[in-house]
Amino acid sequence: MARRMQSVDVALVGGGMTASILGKHLAEAGSTVVALERGDMRDTIPDFQSPSMHDELKHSIRHALMQNPATQTLSFRNFPGQRALPMRQLGSFLPGEGVGGAMVHWNGQTWRFQPEWFELKSWVEQRYGADFLDEDVTIQDWGITYDELEPHYDFFEKVAGICGTAGNLRGEKRPGGNPFEGPRQNDYPNPPMKTSHSGALFGEAAAGLGYNPFPVPSANMTRHYTNPYGAQMKPCMYCGFCETYGCEHFAKTSPQTAILPFALANKNFELRTRANVLRIEWDRGSKTATGVTYVDASGVEIFQPAQMVVLCAFAHHNAVLMLNSGIGTPYDPATREGAVGRNYTYQTMSGVSVFYEGGKRINPFMGAGALGTAIDDFNNGSFDHGPLGFVGGAYIAAYQTGGRPIAYHPVPPGTPRWGREWKDAVAQNYNSTVSLSVHGSSIPHPNNYIGLDRTYTDAYGQPLGMLTYDFPYNDRLMSRHVTQKAWEIAEAMGGKSVAVSWLPDHYSIVPYQTTHNTGGTIVGTDPRTSVLNKYLQSWDLHNLWTVGASCFPQNGGYNPTGTVGALAYWAIDAMINRYMKNPGPLVST
Amino acid sequence: MTSEISRRNLIKLGVAGAVAVPVSARGQEEPQPVQPPHHQAADGQDVLFFFTDPEARFITAAVDRLIPADPVWPSASQAGVVTYIDHQLASGYGDGAKMYLKGPWVPDAPAQQGYQLRFTPAELYRRAIAEAREAVSATHGREFWELDAAPMDDVLTGLETGATALPSLPSPVFFETLLANTIEGWFADPAYGGNRDMVAWRMIGFPGAYAQYLELVERHGEAYHREPISISNSHARAVHLSGHGDGG
Repeated sequence: MARRMQSVDVALVGGGMTASILGKHLAEAGSTVVALERGDMRDTIPDFQSPSMHDELKHSIRHALMQNPATQTLSFRNFPGQRALPMRQLGSFLPGEGVGGAMVHWNGQTWRFQPEWFELKSWVEQRYGADFLDEDVTIQDWGITYDELEPHYDFFEKVAGICGTAGNLRGEKRPGGNPFEGPRQNDYPNPPMKTSHSGALFGEAAAGLGYNPFPVPSANMTRHYTNPYGAQMKPCMYCGFCETYGCEHFAKTSPQTAILPFALANKNFELRTRANVLRIEWDRGSKTATGVTYVDASGVEIFQPAQMVVLCAFAHHNAVLMLNSGIGTPYDPATREGAVGRNYTYQTMSGVSVFYEGGKRINPFMGAGALGTAIDDFNNGSFDHGPLGFVGGAYIAAYQTGGRPIAYHPVPPGTPRWGREWKDAVAQNYNSTVSLSVHGSSIPHPNNYIGLDRTYTDAYGQPLGMLTYDFPYNDRLMSRHVTQKAWEIAEAMGGKSVAVSWLPDHYSIVPYQTTHNTGGTIVGTDPRTSVLNKYLQSWDLHNLWTVGASCFPQNGGYNPTGTVGALAYWAIDAMINRYMKNPGPLVST
Repeated sequence: MTSEISRRNLIKLGVAGAVAVPVSARGQEEPQPVQPPHHQAADGQDVLFFFTDPEARFITAAVDRLIPADPVWPSASQAGVVTYIDHQLASGYGDGAKMYLKGPWVPDAPAQQGYQLRFTPAELYRRAIAEAREAVSATHGREFWELDAAPMDDVLTGLETGATALPSLPSPVFFETLLANTIEGWFADPAYGGNRDMVAWRMIGFPGAYAQYLELVERHGEAYHREPISISNSHARAVHLSGHGDGG
């Protein structure tokens, strides 16, 4: 029999970005809130300080800040019918564990999705015709429009202190910004980052080919900045230790630097660490959530009653929690029916490297997570798909994130993988190589989903989530098209040789790609094909909500954090101004 | 390196680029080759906790073919990579502390599903070294470490491609683990036992753990010459920590 805690108004599952945002605002609105974080407390001081933070082996290779697969992992297979096997080590993606979640160790690349992405199915049909895409391209409209989300993008960018150059200010195109972004009511709160050597070489070649380079919007601060909550952030030192590291300088936006202290300052809010939520408890009669059951640090099972439950876990885990709680209808790829777990999407990554003569001195270690120059000429809304037969797109960017050598020691194609020749090539090319990223959208496919594994269990004895995923044909066409464009730019960058890393034929769980796992508890307009209504409220239990990248029906050709932040404020607005005044479904079925 | 002065304070004065981190605008002063102090390991640094003597001989010979010595830079073992791998295998990594280790196991799974052997990294090394030694002995009548360089490379290529079959595990899994661990040890902070005297960082020009390039990042193409600094540099650590009195 589980111990029972005192009831609260809102139980948040997770202690990362969305839980911090919700905790801050819901507590302020008068609700008692408890956030249940599976990992430990950690903060800028003392946890993220150098010298120990600047340890590539500990953080990038041994994943000190990430989820431990020994406790909890997923099983994985490429297609239904294949035997799913456990992800025994982290690889393809790196969910965070501990307070702040993955927003502690992110790079800080902070984008908006293009307006049409939220009405993608309608947009494609209207623009290219109903027969343009194969029926296996199961894109959906979100039920939310860009215009509805724009004020929340704007506020999130202010909270996170995003640094950039507006390209579209209230419909007016602005030089130096991204001309393909949706209209924004305000410029970025901070000016863009400096331009790296990699970015300058890329930008010059891209502009020469008629494209529109601009600085990547960044959550690495470019000046002293005080956000709307009062958080004081400091300028980035370009130390090159962002991704997989916590920032020692208060210069990279994280829950700890920008949000969480202002939740913790409110006595209505409690952050409870080492609380691993097993399931949502719910009443079958009234169809309402009654709270959550978790296991505490000492292994005791505890029931936390709550008037309202919000899932703020890492993306794929939100679907796993719903499946392990028996809420909603699990998606079945055989019938293509059921909503929970459907439309798992990811990110379609490829790249190109440009090798220069040894005297080029890129100095790749002078970096920052979001230090990049990009073009958006090949993202979804930027070009005509008519003759191409696919939907989606990608931005192309030259990032200079740090040049940490265990992971980064590029050599030209044809170099042996070891031995004297390899060693010489590493010495010659480390400081004279520029890498381009092709950051592609991810389109849902009926075979790609999140289910529960029948064989493997986690340390708590619960079934592992089971990920079924491979790159859809649509995305392979998209990636080939945009990677070809990146190759052409690379050839114009004046190097001595160029190497293309095409998208592999099949997705592999092994090499790191991105931690941009999306879908599984998607928003939509139809309860048969979505888990949440447009306000991020469960169709099944009106007092259960989910906030995160798991809400995306399809993932854009951008990093997801900006959209996750906007969705959090969008949901808060609906919770406080509508739901809490009169609890019930905000969209009738 | 102006190690007496907090670089943080220098940045406040706006002179960090000019004083703390010298950059040659002429770009002609390439760093001089530095040979590592091969026999100056600190007390206990070369103690092996995991490898038996024959295992250490095998790994030493293998990593020195993966990263051989050249006229300027040392070999992997000269830089401490064997010590590094040994210490990793004797620690949580070797025991698979952050691996999902439950069965059932499907050792012949497709590569896309990742590592599926039953062995922890420590078990993998122990078994693979024993089986590779037997394979070499059967073919050459000698130990691996007694071979000349060319046949050694042939053995390693056989492990890499799977042509040299081992009885109880796919040889490429062992080879890839060894190669990855060798590169880790070569480039990781010297505090872990490899990259001694930061030779790997010197070889490529990576400045190490202490870093801020606010004033330099837009000075494109300039040569950057600063002694690398490891996390174990106690003086740099003290200077760094002293800069935190003002809250960062």
